[in-house]
Amino acid sequence: MTVPSAAPALLVEGLEKSFGSLAVLRGIDLEVGEHEVVCLIGASGSGKSTLLRCINLLEPIDAGRIVIEGDEITAIDVDVDRIRRRIGIVFQAFNLFPHMSVLDNVTLAPRKVLRTPRAEAEEAALRLLERFGLVDKRADHPDRLSGGQQQRVAIIRALAMQPDLLLLDEVTSALDPELVAEVLGVIRELAAGGMTMLIATHEMGFAREIADRVCFLDAGLILEQGPPDTLFRDPFEPRTRQFLERIIDAGRL
Amino acid sequence: MTTIDARRRHERRRALRASALALGSTIVVFGGLILLVVNSPGWAEVQRSFLDDRVFADALPSVVRSFAVNIQLFVAAEVLVLVFGLFIAVLRSLPGPVFFPVRIMATVYADIFRAIPGVLVIFLLGFGIPGLGLVDPKTPSIIYGVAALTLVYSAYVSEVYRAGIDSVHPSQDAAARSLGLSRWQSLRHVVIPQAIRRVIPPLLNDFIGLQKDTVLVSFIGVVEIFRQAQIKQAAAFNFTPYMAVALVFVVLTIPLARLTDVLIARDRRRAAGGKA
Repeated sequence: MTVPSAAPALLVEGLEKSFGSLAVLRGIDLEVGEHEVVCLIGASGSGKSTLLRCINLLEPIDAGRIVIEGDEITAIDVDVDRIRRRIGIVFQAFNLFPHMSVLDNVTLAPRKVLRTPRAEAEEAALRLLERFGLVDKRADHPDRLSGGQQQRVAIIRALAMQPDLLLLDEVTSALDPELVAEVLGVIRELAAGGMTMLIATHEMGFAREIADRVCFLDAGLILEQGPPDTLFRDPFEPRTRQFLERIIDAGRL
Repeated sequence: MTTIDARRRHERRRALRASALALGSTIVVFGGLILLVVNSPGWAEVQRSFLDDRVFADALPSVVRSFAVNIQLFVAAEVLVLVFGLFIAVLRSLPGPVFFPVRIMATVYADIFRAIPGVLVIFLLGFGIPGLGLVDPKTPSIIYGVAALTLVYSAYVSEVYRAGIDSVHPSQDAAARSLGLSRWQSLRHVVIPQAIRRVIPPLLNDFIGLQKDTVLVSFIGVVEIFRQAQIKQAAAFNFTPYMAVALVFVVLTIPLARLTDVLIARDRRRAAGGKA
């Protein structure tokens, strides 16, 4: 039931999510067009991660709907596994499979979910590893890799499923500062290649550089959104201004 | 001012003193215990009944030979326990209301077979099943022994597996599911392999118990090491053959216990964040 071309890559309408009595998302409306890169910024606890986890159906939602290329994925009777194949997510803590080599981490889902023959899956994985400079790590287990290398493998693992949409959840927050650049480099390359991405990040400079649009989340709402130059230079909302001032004071922008 | 050399000499002296103290107190404690036993009023009598070297030399070969039966029992039971215990643990981990009856059955099984003393299970199977008249009456008793040990120890081991499955962080399952793997695929390829690695030490611990419990199968007429020792004991009017049995189990178990310790230490190092 795919609506041709006109449908956005991702459409979120009136999304609400509570954990017990704590309302984390209080009516999120968001649209991401094909090949668009949208960054979510906001303080810790503003709902960025929860929003990404809801879009990947890792958290059940309370109200609203999420539509991927015209398919409502929050409908009652959807095949959750089939939808997750189309959406890649990369976590803050990498979450690589520690008992598998890098190559097996990348090929597990193509082999088991898409039933790609091993040789073919490995060939595709090696191309990806080559492209991001990790081909010599293919036989290593994750604990042999630096944090930056692990996170790049996690991104490649998500890419191996050829997702229509890639969600990145503060992927550099757990990294030592000197390792951040290599991961941002990968994301930059993906953006240049036209990957549709929704990125939750604390790296304001990077958001400003890479995003087509920046959304400021505050207390479970998208308070303000716009092109990065506008939002960072001349924010409309006082809350946004306050947040950005604190970031500038901390020397992070 | 203390030089580094002086400090090192001091450290060495202190280490030496500690070792000497440990050795000294060990000799005093164990020496005292031995003296106490050897000088007890009934020692001569006990020595004759339990530590007769002629009886020992006579019993040992047949006792060791009959241990082959125990080895068959525990090897067969251990292989079955590894598979069946995991099966039960997976049943108990299945999510969703559809599997509620399955979870109940697996839980009841684990509860019941951990509750009933192993020797009773061996009796009930060994004498009860043939009484049903459903199986070939010539089925050797050892088969019932293996079945009973498997039932009892699978209940324990399923709990060990389950603890292992629960100990794998939910983010691993989330990562697998986010890639499109089904619940079962995530369990099979991501969660269970990590769980098994973690439970190997406690698993070996349960196997030590299982190996010792193979002597209980003697109660349904299997001539294994304990029954063989009983035969020898009755013939010689002397308990020394039992000491031979004890020795055989000590020789079997100590290496396994040390291996378990090594594996636990290795796991602890890994958990502490050291690279593998």
